[in-house]
Amino acid sequence: MNQLTAILEGIGSTLQLLFRAVSYTPSLWRQRARFIEQCYLIGYTTLPIVAILSFFIGSVLALQAGYSMSNFGAKQFIGSLVGLSMARELGPVMAAILLAGRVGSAIAAELASMKVYQEIDALETMNIPPAKILVLPRLAAVLVMMPVLAIIADLVGWFGGAIISKYTQSIAIEPEAYFSVLRRFMVFKDVLNGLIKAEVFGFAIVLVCCNIGLNTRGGPREIGAAVTRAVVVSLILILVLDYFVTKALM
Amino acid sequence: MTCSPTRNPFTHTETAAVGVAIEGLSKNFGCFEVLKNVTFSVEPGEIFVLMGPSGSGKSVLLKHIVGLEKPTAGRVTVDGRDASSETTREQVRLALVFQSGALFNSLSVYDNLALYPREHQVADEAAIREKVMRALQILSLEGTAHKSPSELSGGMKKRVAIARGLVMEPQLMLYDEPTSELDPVMSATITEIIATLKDEYHVTSIVVSHDRELALGIADRVGILMGGELVSLGTPAELRAPKDPRVAEFLYPKIDLKNPRFKKLET
Ligand SMILES: Nc1ncnc2c1ncn2[C@@H]1O[C@H](COP(=O)(O)OP(=O)(O)OP(=O)(O)O)[C@@H](O)[C@H]1O
Ligand SMILES: [Mg+2]
Repeated sequence: MNQLTAILEGIGSTLQLLFRAVSYTPSLWRQRARFIEQCYLIGYTTLPIVAILSFFIGSVLALQAGYSMSNFGAKQFIGSLVGLSMARELGPVMAAILLAGRVGSAIAAELASMKVYQEIDALETMNIPPAKILVLPRLAAVLVMMPVLAIIADLVGWFGGAIISKYTQSIAIEPEAYFSVLRRFMVFKDVLNGLIKAEVFGFAIVLVCCNIGLNTRGGPREIGAAVTRAVVVSLILILVLDYFVTKALM
Repeated sequence: MTCSPTRNPFTHTETAAVGVAIEGLSKNFGCFEVLKNVTFSVEPGEIFVLMGPSGSGKSVLLKHIVGLEKPTAGRVTVDGRDASSETTREQVRLALVFQSGALFNSLSVYDNLALYPREHQVADEAAIREKVMRALQILSLEGTAHKSPSELSGGMKKRVAIARGLVMEPQLMLYDEPTSELDPVMSATITEIIATLKDEYHVTSIVVSHDRELALGIADRVGILMGGELVSLGTPAELRAPKDPRVAEFLYPKIDLKNPRFKKLET
C-alpha cells in the first residue's frame, strides 16, 4: 500500500514537473547556451557507446538469423530481418538504455547533489525556478538528440549485420544483396516508428531522472540511492513504454 | 508595511523596505519540535540579530522566512504576504546567505554572482559585469572571479555567498552566520556592510550570528532563541546586562578552568 502511494506520488510529481518545465518554453531561446551544452553532453557521452553496441547487436542479429534461416534456405532475407529489427525495435531501445545509463544517471546525480547541498533551495530563494533552468534545457536537448542517436544506432547496426553476413562462411551474402533486401522490405514508416519510440523513451527518461534528482532528501548517501533509482525506473519505463508505444503505432 | 523608499546600491531605483512578521510559529520534523510558538516582528529597515545555541532552530526559522519550509502552525508574513507562497518571492526581492554558502558548484564564482541579474534581466551584460566586480571587490574577492567554488576556502565561500546576496540588491537580506568563518577584519567588513545597507539603502536585515560584537554593535534589536523558544527580545543595551541567567550564561560564558563544564556532566 505504501509502495503504491509512493508510485502514484512519483507519477504526480513527474507530471507536475513536466507542466512547469513546459510552461517556461518561451524562455528557451534565451537559454540557448544551456540547451546547446546539454545537446553536446547528451550526444557526446552517449554516441560512441551507442555506435559500438549497435554494431555488435547488428552483428549478432545477422549471425543468429543466418544460423536459423539457412536451415530452410531463407538466408537471403537476413538483410530485411536485421534492418527491420534494428529500425523498429533494437535501435531505439538500445539508444534509450544507454541514455538511461549514461545521461539519466548523470542527471539524477547532479540534481540530487544540488538538492542535498542546498543549491536548489538557493535557486528558489532567488526566484529562479529549477524547472526552467535545469529541466527545460535538458528536455529540449534530448528531443533533438534522441532521433540522432537512434538513426546512428540503426545505421551502425545495419552495417554490422552486412559485414558479418559477408565474412561469415555459412552466410556469405554480399553487401549489395543484403542492402537491396533490406530496402525492399522496409518502408519509411518503419524507421519513423522507431524514431518516435526513441523520442518517447528519451523524453521520459530525462523527465523521470530530473524528478528523482530534484526530490532527493537527506545527505550524500541519498545521492547514490537517487542514481540507482533513476536508472532502475528508467529501464522499467523503457520496457513498459515500448509495449504501449508499439501497440499505439501498429 | 512600507516606510521610506529604498535606493538600490547599484541601480538607484527606488523600492520600499519590507517588514517581516512571525506569529505563533511552530515547526515539527516528525514528532521533533524544533520551533515552539515563536512570535516577533522585524520592522522595515531594521537590523534584527538572532542569537542562540547551536541546534536551537535559527536556520530553520530563516528558512520559514524565505518560504523554504512551511510552518506546522502559525504564520510568517513578509511585507504582509504569506512567506510560503510562491508569488511572494516574485513580489519581494529577498536574499538568503546560507550557512553552508550553497554556491552553485557547476558555475564559476563570477557566474554564481551573475546568475540572478542575468535570469531576471535586470541589466545588460556590461552593467552586470560592473555590479559583480564591484561586489567581489567589496569582499576582496577579485582574484577568485574565474575560480570554481570547489577551489575556495571556507571563508571565501562564505564571502562569495554574501557577494551573491549583495548583487541581488534585495529588499530583505537574511544572513545565516555571515561571520562565523571569517577573520576579525573580514568580520568587521561584513558588519559594516550590513550597517551600510541599512543606513543608506534601508535594507531590512535579519542576521543569525554568534558574533557578540556584531550583535551589540549594529543591531536595532536582538532576539535569543533557545530550544526553539524565543527567550529574550530587546535592544543591545538591554543585553549588556541580561536579567535572565540563561541569557547571561549564553552571552558571557565564563571560562572556568578549575570547574570545567564537561566535568559537571560527569557527576
Ligand atoms: N530537515 C530537517 N529534518 C529534521 N530535523 C531537522 C531538519 N533541519 C533541522 N533539523 C533539526 O532542527 C534543529 C534546529 O536546527 P537548525 O539548523 O535550525 O539549528 P541552528 O540553530 O541553525 O544551529 P547552528 O547554530 O548550529 O547552525 C536541530 O536539532 C536539527 O537537528
Ligand atoms: Mg544554523
